[in-house]
Amino acid sequence: MPEEYDRSNESVAPTGMGGGMDLAASEAQTLDHGPGHGPQPGGPTGKPRSLWSDAWHDLRRNPIFIISALLILFLIVISLWPSLIASGNPLQCDLSKSQQGSQPGHPFGYDNQGCDVYTRTVYGARASVTVGVCATAGVALLGGILGGLAGYFGGAWDAVLSRISDIFFAIPIILGGLVFLSVVTNSTVWPVIGFMVLLGWPQIARIARGSVITAKQNDYVQAAKALGANHTRILLRHIAPNAVAPVIVVATIALGTYIALEATLSWLGVGLKPPTVSWGIDISAASTQIRNAPHMLLWPAGALSITVLAFIMLGDAVRDALDPKLR
Amino acid sequence: MGRYVIRRLLQMIPVFIGATFLIFVMVYALGDPVAAFFGDRAPDPATAAQIRHQYGLDKPLWHQYLDYMGNIFTGDFGTAFNGQPVTELMKSAFPVTLRLTLVAIFFEIVIGITFGVITGMRRGRPIDTSVLLMTLVVISIPVFVLGYVLQYVIAVQWGIGEPSVSPEAPLNELILPGIVLALVSLAYVTRLTRTSIAENTRADYVRTAVAKGLPRRRVILRHLLRNSLIPVITFIGTDIGGLMGGAIVTERIFNIQGVGYQLYQGILRHNSATVVGFVTILVIVFLLANLLVDLLYAVLDPRIRYA
Amino acid sequence: MTSLITQVEQDPPDPQGVLLDVRNLHVEFRTRDGVAKAVNGVDYTVSAGETLAVLGESGSGKSVTAQAIMGILDSPPGFVTQGEIVFQGQDLLTMGKEDRRRVRGERMAMIFQDALSSLNPVLSVGEQLGEMFTVHRGMSRKDAKVKAIELMERVRIPAAKQRVGDFPHQFSGGMRQRIMIAMAMALEPDLIIADEPTTALDVTVQAQVMELLAELQRELHMGLILITHDLGVVADVADKIAVMYAGRIVETSPVHEIYRKPAHPYTKGLLRSIPRLDQKGQELYAIKGLPPNLLHIPAGCAFNPRCPMAQDICRTDVPPLYEVSETRASACHFWTETIGE
Repeated sequence: MPEEYDRSNESVAPTGMGGGMDLAASEAQTLDHGPGHGPQPGGPTGKPRSLWSDAWHDLRRNPIFIISALLILFLIVISLWPSLIASGNPLQCDLSKSQQGSQPGHPFGYDNQGCDVYTRTVYGARASVTVGVCATAGVALLGGILGGLAGYFGGAWDAVLSRISDIFFAIPIILGGLVFLSVVTNSTVWPVIGFMVLLGWPQIARIARGSVITAKQNDYVQAAKALGANHTRILLRHIAPNAVAPVIVVATIALGTYIALEATLSWLGVGLKPPTVSWGIDISAASTQIRNAPHMLLWPAGALSITVLAFIMLGDAVRDALDPKLR
Repeated sequence: MGRYVIRRLLQMIPVFIGATFLIFVMVYALGDPVAAFFGDRAPDPATAAQIRHQYGLDKPLWHQYLDYMGNIFTGDFGTAFNGQPVTELMKSAFPVTLRLTLVAIFFEIVIGITFGVITGMRRGRPIDTSVLLMTLVVISIPVFVLGYVLQYVIAVQWGIGEPSVSPEAPLNELILPGIVLALVSLAYVTRLTRTSIAENTRADYVRTAVAKGLPRRRVILRHLLRNSLIPVITFIGTDIGGLMGGAIVTERIFNIQGVGYQLYQGILRHNSATVVGFVTILVIVFLLANLLVDLLYAVLDPRIRYA
Repeated sequence: MTSLITQVEQDPPDPQGVLLDVRNLHVEFRTRDGVAKAVNGVDYTVSAGETLAVLGESGSGKSVTAQAIMGILDSPPGFVTQGEIVFQGQDLLTMGKEDRRRVRGERMAMIFQDALSSLNPVLSVGEQLGEMFTVHRGMSRKDAKVKAIELMERVRIPAAKQRVGDFPHQFSGGMRQRIMIAMAMALEPDLIIADEPTTALDVTVQAQVMELLAELQRELHMGLILITHDLGVVADVADKIAVMYAGRIVETSPVHEIYRKPAHPYTKGLLRSIPRLDQKGQELYAIKGLPPNLLHIPAGCAFNPRCPMAQDICRTDVPPLYEVSETRASACHFWTETIGE
């Protein structure tokens, strides 16, 4: 019998350059298959539900999701109205109280400049949340649209986009941040956000591209095409709802990492600068004083870490709920 | 295979040009090297113009870039802020960072894979939950905070290792910094290994191996691990570039005079030759590491063939 | 052709006697949604040189029984809760882990349905075949490779010497299944369990693979448990048949009698649902309803909701295996009516 070579099994190949892999990207790869599976039977007797309502059904019962969602809600509220829980002024400091510990009315003590650590920690949420939310929104929009179009149309458009994202992947993000931000004198959050969008979009573009390619192969998309639906309609009505899930998951997890990145850049002296109040600024000021006044480090660093953790766990929970393979 | 390598090398050229040009634009277009040259003093316009002309800074940007690249390929990376040739800095800095990166990768492999295998095979047990929680904590705390805390607790309070690394940076002084550098990747490696092991434990071929009557050890080592580690190894490979770039943070904490330190100095002093030169080398390292990883992938997984 | 194995057979089974005796086997899966009772009191025996076909829909417990016999049940969630599996006079369930492992591959082996996923994708077929000899017989890798080539020739893989270093994905489906067979035969075990060995193959290849399996079985005088849902495959090779439904055996019989006179309505339904050339034009019969949910097996006879002749007693009393003849049994309260129809 002549040997038959089974070509159907050759499809296992590394994706592109394999570069820029991180937690979000590597773990979201499994999700790429998820939405394509369509509705899952809800149980032995239940009606079939859609992917999203099925996921919602799971999420409502997941304590990790509930805790992280509540935490994030709380953070958003205090970054909008910090005075709700902090009566002081974060910029009103008394040098004579420098590095003093906890005392009545000032539970977290004072920092180097004699500012109230509690007030500064509460007010610091705004900068971090703004950076995280805006950078993520920008990255998701830019990356989602570019990657989605590249995945849908393929061909030269796709090749060019792949090469461009390779260029951005080749630049280490902290390094890029140092170079880009060291020449910016504006000390607000906007240059930081702009830089994150500029260097962060290829990550989302890669995910969006993959999930659009998966969604494109679904029978109902082929059917819609055969029926003569135009590109806009197919993309918006048939592909986007199915391809958007991995993007949301990766973006949620990335949001946490952007917040941590802001702190690192501020520590390197190129992120936010005083008088802006931010966790990053306070952490970097406190990190050199760890021997004398650990409380200065504990509170802003703790607040930042819990925030990052909340977004990572939220993304994790959403991914688990959306991934039928893990059920 | 040979044709694939050549194709990949050709594909690298536009990426290399793009990445270096991007950095070049950022450094040259956004900063004013001449102003930095004079520090706080306002430069005399005539002198400034002369310096600009002398260094070719009055030419269009693309022309400057071509000049720069031309010099690089003749081995001339320009002069650093202290008057030394940039290549001299590289000679002293790259070995240090390379050693640091290798220490980090060593810990990534040993600790990350061990934890990943343990948790992947005991999913849902207390050890799994606690290790997973630990990886989340490590990922969510900024590296520089972890670095300072570990430096303080381990090196200062417990007296193990050095809080500050000497200029020669011998291997034993790089253990603690190496762990700090590895931490985040270590957490990813643990999670990736865990996922991969968990997926493969249920694979049909593992069941076959058990049905063949192989000892458990052999089933795990030869069949389960061999397959599960393929994505992990590729992750570690692609991470080399990231580690060398991320070394900026670690090197600053432990005062290590490696690539990150020199780059940081270069940026602070607006010395474009240092910044662009070092980044160029890092980009090349990153691209080559990625190529090697893809080739390694084909070696590890016979189903993948490059043509 | 040279003899495959030169070693002296340890523990030669009594040729007349029973090789494997499964008694009152119960297996359940403890899942998040509840306990699924996959096997509920299965009894069957296999003698040396005999072929037992175990027939049933997916979820009938036929594969789970086989996994319990092999000792490769995913545990958790799967647990054997009751019963005995006596193999060559020893109860496998009370055996130590290490002894049990030595039985696998050496004295009993299994052939899986999907050879592509059941073979390790990153090891060459030569390594995977040779592993049987290096591990169980302590052979050197070089000798094991020679053995691997012999095995591949034995299952008629062309150019075995050149292909011994190839990987599973480089073979066709039929060739891969031959490699699975070669692996199972490697140490000349006394019992082979083949779990749907031809389901994944093209029809033309199916016949060749079945033929090879039957031929090797005759030569080596092995017991064979052939798990299948395809009655067509069974007729030519099996000696006797056990039909399973919802984790129970509902009918056992020598192969030819069951085709002529089925003694259980479920078997009858299965037989009627085979397309036949002499009944062209007639609508194909299908058993109505769905296979039972193992989390909630119906009370009484598990088949009663789908049974055309169900009476009140079927909804309350679990039918025992009634003896139909010396060699036949049926778990139907109305087996006399069924067989007489």
